[in-house]
Amino acid sequence: MTSLGAADLVPVIPELFLATAGMALLMLGVFRGDGSTRFVSTLSVLSLAIAFLLLGLLPEGRTEAFAGMFVTDAFAVFVKSLVLLGSALTIVMSSAYIRSERMERFEFPVLVLFATLGMMMMVSANDLMSLYLGLELQSLALYVLAAFKRESTRATEAGLKYFVLGALSSGMLLYGCSLIYGFAGTTSFPLIAGLFAGGVEVSIGLIVGIVFLTAGLAFKVSAVPFHMWTPDVYEGAPTAVTAFFAVAPKIAALGLFVRAMIAPFGELADEWRQIIVLLSVASIALGAVAAIGQSNIKRLMAYSSIGHVGYALIGLAAGTQQGVRGVLIYLAIYLAMNVGAFAVILSMRVKNGMVERIEDLGGLAQSRPMMAAAMAIFMFSLAGIPPLAGFFAKFYVLAAAIDAGLYALAVIGVIGSVVGAYYYLRIIKIMYIDPQAEPLEKPMHRELGVVLTVSALFTLLFFAYPAPLLAGAEAAAASLLSP
Amino acid sequence: MYQLIVFLPLAAAILAGLFGRRIGDRGAQIVTCGAVGVAALLSWVALYRVGFQGQVAVVPLFTWIDSGEFEVMWQLRIDQLTAVMLVVVNTVSALVHIYSVGYMSHDTSIPRFMAYLSLFTFAMLMLVTADNFVQMYFGWEGVGLASYLLIGFWYKRPSANAAAIKAFVVNRVGDFGFALGIMAIFLVYGSVDFQTVFNATPQMAGQTFTFLSWEVDIVTTITLLLFIGACGKSAQLGLHTWLPDAMEGPTPVSALIHAATMVTAGVFMVARCSPMFEYAPFTLAVVAAVGASTAFFAATIGLVQNDIKRVIAYSTCSQLGYMFFAAGVSAYPIAIFHLFTHAFFKALLFLGAGSVIHAVGGEQDMRKMGGLWPHIKVTAVLMWIGSLALAGVPFFAGYYSKDAVLEAAFAAGSGVGDYAFVLGLGAALLTAFYSWRLLFMTFNGTPRADHHVMEHVHESPQVMLIPLYMLAAGAVFAGIAFVGPMVGENWSDFWGQSILIREDLHKAMAEAHHVPLWVKLAPVVAGILGILLAWQMYIRRPDLPGALARMHDGLYKFLLNKWYFDELYDYVLVRPAMWIGRLFWKGGDQKIIDGFGPDGISAGVIGLARRAVRLQTGYLYHYAFAMLIGIFVLVTLYFYTMGH
Repeated sequence: MTSLGAADLVPVIPELFLATAGMALLMLGVFRGDGSTRFVSTLSVLSLAIAFLLLGLLPEGRTEAFAGMFVTDAFAVFVKSLVLLGSALTIVMSSAYIRSERMERFEFPVLVLFATLGMMMMVSANDLMSLYLGLELQSLALYVLAAFKRESTRATEAGLKYFVLGALSSGMLLYGCSLIYGFAGTTSFPLIAGLFAGGVEVSIGLIVGIVFLTAGLAFKVSAVPFHMWTPDVYEGAPTAVTAFFAVAPKIAALGLFVRAMIAPFGELADEWRQIIVLLSVASIALGAVAAIGQSNIKRLMAYSSIGHVGYALIGLAAGTQQGVRGVLIYLAIYLAMNVGAFAVILSMRVKNGMVERIEDLGGLAQSRPMMAAAMAIFMFSLAGIPPLAGFFAKFYVLAAAIDAGLYALAVIGVIGSVVGAYYYLRIIKIMYIDPQAEPLEKPMHRELGVVLTVSALFTLLFFAYPAPLLAGAEAAAASLLSP
Repeated sequence: MYQLIVFLPLAAAILAGLFGRRIGDRGAQIVTCGAVGVAALLSWVALYRVGFQGQVAVVPLFTWIDSGEFEVMWQLRIDQLTAVMLVVVNTVSALVHIYSVGYMSHDTSIPRFMAYLSLFTFAMLMLVTADNFVQMYFGWEGVGLASYLLIGFWYKRPSANAAAIKAFVVNRVGDFGFALGIMAIFLVYGSVDFQTVFNATPQMAGQTFTFLSWEVDIVTTITLLLFIGACGKSAQLGLHTWLPDAMEGPTPVSALIHAATMVTAGVFMVARCSPMFEYAPFTLAVVAAVGASTAFFAATIGLVQNDIKRVIAYSTCSQLGYMFFAAGVSAYPIAIFHLFTHAFFKALLFLGAGSVIHAVGGEQDMRKMGGLWPHIKVTAVLMWIGSLALAGVPFFAGYYSKDAVLEAAFAAGSGVGDYAFVLGLGAALLTAFYSWRLLFMTFNGTPRADHHVMEHVHESPQVMLIPLYMLAAGAVFAGIAFVGPMVGENWSDFWGQSILIREDLHKAMAEAHHVPLWVKLAPVVAGILGILLAWQMYIRRPDLPGALARMHDGLYKFLLNKWYFDELYDYVLVRPAMWIGRLFWKGGDQKIIDGFGPDGISAGVIGLARRAVRLQTGYLYHYAFAMLIGIFVLVTLYFYTMGH
């Protein structure tokens, strides 16, 4: 083992900065009290922005740190950029919400910051140990966030459920890790990958370990049948937290999922593909069907995210560079669509507070035409209707699946998107055709308006200039599959 | 200039159709009449240039389809055949446009009517100027569409809608044959361009290819398919049933589309494709036989019809038969010549009938007319002129063309030629009879209309009469003026390359002028006999028709019901089609496709959604249990796939 030099820490600079900033802001909050929440929020966003910049300044190519436990490559940078963007946007969007819901405490942005740090660790994990560390750092922050509104029983119930089930999934994951370690003799991804390079016989214990690892990761991305927590937590948690849950942790967990399957077990893709296909099909089917019965928009978004995870997993099931590229494009577009949709949901406020039934959007097209138009764009896009961004997201993963010969999976994906279109279109119908519900309060908060506009424009105009995103995703996928 | 001829009517149609409300009734009338009128004048110039100076032209517009080997141009082919058709189409169309200003003056949607008329004119012009089969098909379908729109112009009348649909559907049968023919042409020749195809035909003669799993002669098959198309559009025996019903349309439409122009498209097509038909003797025989049969068959029905327009409609059907059997004995110039003269006197008759109908307030049943002569003398005279021309009385236009047709049939010297000659002669007698029956029932005798109607009988306004005068001039002089150049000894100077006749094999055209005297006289005698017979039955002994009808009740009913064609089709085709349609609709679509498709799936999805929601119980241990089951399934699956 080499000694720890300063140069060895270069790849970790963004994470180091974020950790330091998080602790400093925590101190600031403790000394200045809850009155400083806005200030802490602003600084948090600033910290995320600086971390984003630092990410851009990292040297090109693959670099490792902490004796190979931590790796930075184009894949990590791409996913981390999305995670940072998601987190920063969430803090921006929630500032008005936490104020009006009387949950304006400085821990909120700090917890988001720590969760983000965990996610960045996850994405860069190059070892089962660092994988678990990052995952837990993220999860612990999320458990607290879910129950952040302490006086609300729904929120605390959600937090508790999430915690218990999360602990169970962590147990499974750890069990898987220990099995893998026991049979492979190492926890390092490159070393595990080296074991399979020769095409040796794979022991059953290792297989079971991989399955348990997959189950643990599937819980984090809320793939069926490890999704049960999602609707309850999405509904119970404060909306700002739900918005956060729906975006950054999903992206990070999917990034981790992809890396954890490809980097150490890439040679075994033919074996684990069946599992991913099963998870993907189940998620698509449930996401499409179960959302139809929902009347709460947050719950609906939960099933929607389950469905979208199913689509992203199609790309992973392909297991090719094209497939990984598809996943990454999917994540980026998913970020834009969901941030926008939650910006609308966070604006669903009537005189007596927040509302979250789908019917509350009734007649939105008359009272708030621009907002309804933006929401319609997101819904069409989530449904995958061309030429909106959501169509291309699905297109790239489905194309990868077809090239990989997974025709049945692609067909199921298309059918699922047809069924799923129903509930997205239903929201549009409610906004444009149904009678006016109690009108939403005006005006929309400025931050929400800006986020809404930008994400709507991205979703609408992605098709006109997709080249940068495609190129970035391509490079990121290449760095993972052929380092 | 040629572009103007073709596209002026289109421009007018667009203007009147899309901006009719903006420019008003009067504006629409001026625009369409003006455009088509100019096109008509230019057409005569074109006829002079092409027909008499031989300046044949091909005007390329632009490439339409260019896909692999399949290349289709928009191109105007202006040869002698086209020039004659241009004159016929545009002249009659312009006169009908003007006539419509008066006839439709009480209608509520004048711009729409004028736009349809102009649209029809444009489509017909596309048809006759086509330089390839696809472009011709475009015009072919275009006139079909315009015909459908105009038959159903009074769309609030169920009978008009039914007639429009019938016309469209029956035409589709023919069009399907035409389309198959075009496809076969492309398959065999690799091109749909007229000149390429015609030039290659001599090599194709006698070769065979596989069609519907039979080994068949190429040229014969293709020409038969084309002829099926012609039969549909030109209402020949079997596919004729739509034409009488098409009389539901306004009378100017009947004159323009269902007498003078569109229905002659089939004849034109056969003439245009003469370089192919000439190499398909069997097809020619079929054409002649079908044409002759139609000529006779339609004339017999015309004897007993009571609707003034239907009589003329069956007469049209019959005259089209004449044209076809002329073409069938390879006397294409005579067929086109008859088409040319027929356009004038048949349009005159229809518009005259329109004038009568106008006078008696919309009544079309001749049994409720009679004794109109003193009230509408001008119309009566014009109708007489039209009928004299139709019956082939000497020196009227029809005399020259019908004589030529029958002489050609006789001169052909073949079995079908004789068949056509005999039937054609018989039909000539019947034609004269029903024409004068129409005249006598309408204008002579005691008035059978009630006195309210009789009090209001009035002559039509000048705007309707002037086109009639001009058509009457055509009905009198079109024959004598053009008989020399078009079908005289030197007919080939006029027609140039536009028509091909293999004179070594088919002598009808050459021999038509050298038939015995009795053949030349026979049609005239038949015509005059028919007239006398009508006079005997409807003027001298008005009780005779009723007695005859009672005596030969079966025959009378048979004719009155149009040989029971409609009933036969209803029984053989329509009802089974309805039955099959209902089976597929109720059973196939609603029960099976909808049931298992949209309805079934959506019901299933909703059921699934309910169950999926119920899974979400909210109990922690259920969730944990689901996760454990999940991991169990995954491990099992993994082992299973490992095992394979």
